[in-house]
Amino acid sequence: MSDPLVRNSAPMASTVPAADILLDLDDVHTHIEQYHILQGVSFQVPRGQFTMLLGRNGAGKTTTLRSVMGLWKVSQGRITFDGADIGGAATPDIACRGIAYVPEDMSIFSDLTVKENMVLAARQGEMDDTRLNWIFDLFPALKKFWSLEAGALSGGQKQMLAIARAIIEPRELLLIDEPTKGLAPAIVGAMIEAFQELKQAQTSVLLVEQNFQFARTLGDSVAVMDDGRVVHAGSMAELAENVELQQQLLGLSLDAHQ
Amino acid sequence: MATSEATSSAVRTAPLLDRLKGQAPALVVILIALLPIALMDLSTWLVLTLAGLAMGMMIFIMASGLTLVFGLMDVLNFGHGAFISFGAFLATAVMLPLTPWMEADSVWLNLAALLPAIAVAMAMAGALGYVFERVLIMPVYGNHLKQILITMGGLIIAEQLIVVLWGPDEIPLIRPLTFQGSFTLGDVTFEKYRLIAVIIGLLVFAVLSLILSRTKIGLLIRAGVENGEMVEALGYRIRRLFIGVFIAGSALAGLGGVMWALYEEVVTANMGMQVMVLVFIVIIIGGLGSVTGCFVGAVLVGLVANYAGFLAPKVALVSNIALMVIVLMWRPQGLFPVAKR
Ligand SMILES: Nc1ncnc2c1ncn2[C@@H]1O[C@H](COP(=O)(O)OP(=O)(O)O)[C@@H](O)[C@H]1O
Ligand SMILES: [Mg+2]
Repeated sequence: MSDPLVRNSAPMASTVPAADILLDLDDVHTHIEQYHILQGVSFQVPRGQFTMLLGRNGAGKTTTLRSVMGLWKVSQGRITFDGADIGGAATPDIACRGIAYVPEDMSIFSDLTVKENMVLAARQGEMDDTRLNWIFDLFPALKKFWSLEAGALSGGQKQMLAIARAIIEPRELLLIDEPTKGLAPAIVGAMIEAFQELKQAQTSVLLVEQNFQFARTLGDSVAVMDDGRVVHAGSMAELAENVELQQQLLGLSLDAHQ
Repeated sequence: MATSEATSSAVRTAPLLDRLKGQAPALVVILIALLPIALMDLSTWLVLTLAGLAMGMMIFIMASGLTLVFGLMDVLNFGHGAFISFGAFLATAVMLPLTPWMEADSVWLNLAALLPAIAVAMAMAGALGYVFERVLIMPVYGNHLKQILITMGGLIIAEQLIVVLWGPDEIPLIRPLTFQGSFTLGDVTFEKYRLIAVIIGLLVFAVLSLILSRTKIGLLIRAGVENGEMVEALGYRIRRLFIGVFIAGSALAGLGGVMWALYEEVVTANMGMQVMVLVFIVIIIGGLGSVTGCFVGAVLVGLVANYAGFLAPKVALVSNIALMVIVLMWRPQGLFPVAKR
């Protein structure tokens, strides 16, 4: 990799064997009304890894996740999940294929209790006790406020509930949009612990993150977006070592990530 | 998690405040019900209150489906009145040939005429609802102006269809003998039918509340009213849910139509359109998308209409519009605002 910057919409280098690619975006374009928001997004999410999607505000990260979920219609390009083209599929079908979504605004059902939120997330029916206890270990607050209206939870607790909903049943892939946004540092720390647990369980995750420290702690691979395109994709280790590249891609100053 | 301690006290006090706030509408209803006692004698108040509750319950039954239909898919259905009229006419079509049973001095014969009439009315109103949804509403998801125009058109067509099928004249209807007349409690005389209407309304409310709070479908409906997109992202088809709610709401409108027709003892093709004014006031007062709000709003509208009708007949007509304006000035989202994304 002599010049890692020249990585526009060129196909990704085959660092990962094709069989291990869980999600593959190939030249994805998305329009919102008349606006051309995603202008050829290409990157891959390997199975069993954490892939970090970085980029400044308005780069198109949320739009990318929503396009994968089928919440925005893709106007051009291919989205392949587990070998199947999900480009034009309806959101519930995409979810049923095994993709769970934790939106930027968490979208918990505030009129429902914590328990009822979880009941709905468990599509198969009954919640699995072992799994539920594992979630309670990750997020004890959820156990404590199990019967409380979710709208009464704090921001951090809502985020925990949103993540718990995504993992109450085993899913192939989690899409998580800025889980640390607006959270106090102590909660971010707890969140990292929870994600590390998920990582150990070989969960495949595509995670949007603004906080580079957080991203480099968890990420195996990384894609950086700008202006509706992926401007860099590669391994997190490589980006973490290359301060110049970070500055160039993310506008991080040297002391901001010490 | 270390941080849950810090936030737990905030979490504990919030629901308390919410609960107090949540009870304000109930207190207002009680206040509005009690205030007129000062202006009339007790027996008049009791009679008017029962009349108001009966009217409220019937409107609630007609309105409950509509508020969920709006909440779930943001669909404005001005054609809902068609299901009310249709239900009433279909029930009439069943009951008229069974007039001897209706007039018989036997609860069982009365019910043998009434229950099939109600069943037919609800089933056919539900079926009409399904057709209405597929043909008229599905093409205009997401466009309020088109929804208003096309559902109004649907209502007019449905009413004309009734005129074609049953003729232009209003049809007089008798109540089953068991439900005629009145009963006395102390020295106050109440109309039997009003009490029955109240009981049916409470039953419908109880069943709906149970479904919404205890079943997965009910949870999905409430979740969908709040955030349909997230319900889809969890893997559920919101449109299927919506069609189910639409059919059930139409069937309930049919039931309400039967009850209203028996109350008025006459059916007319445009009765649906007439009560729709009250139905809209009720769901707006209650908070669009909330069944509980719909219930409380209907009680308010029923009571105010009856008290005002007695105290100041001249303003009775505008009393409910005045009520709506006052409620909206107090709570612009209605009495039980639904958390909407
Ligand atoms: N609903 C919308 N309507 C119009 N423009 C939108 C909408 N959502 C996002 N955008 C625009 O799309 C661009 C990308 O937004 P987004 O994907 O939310 O960025 P990010 O998540 O990277 O901050 C922004 O310019 C934003 O203004
Ligand atoms: Mg975003």
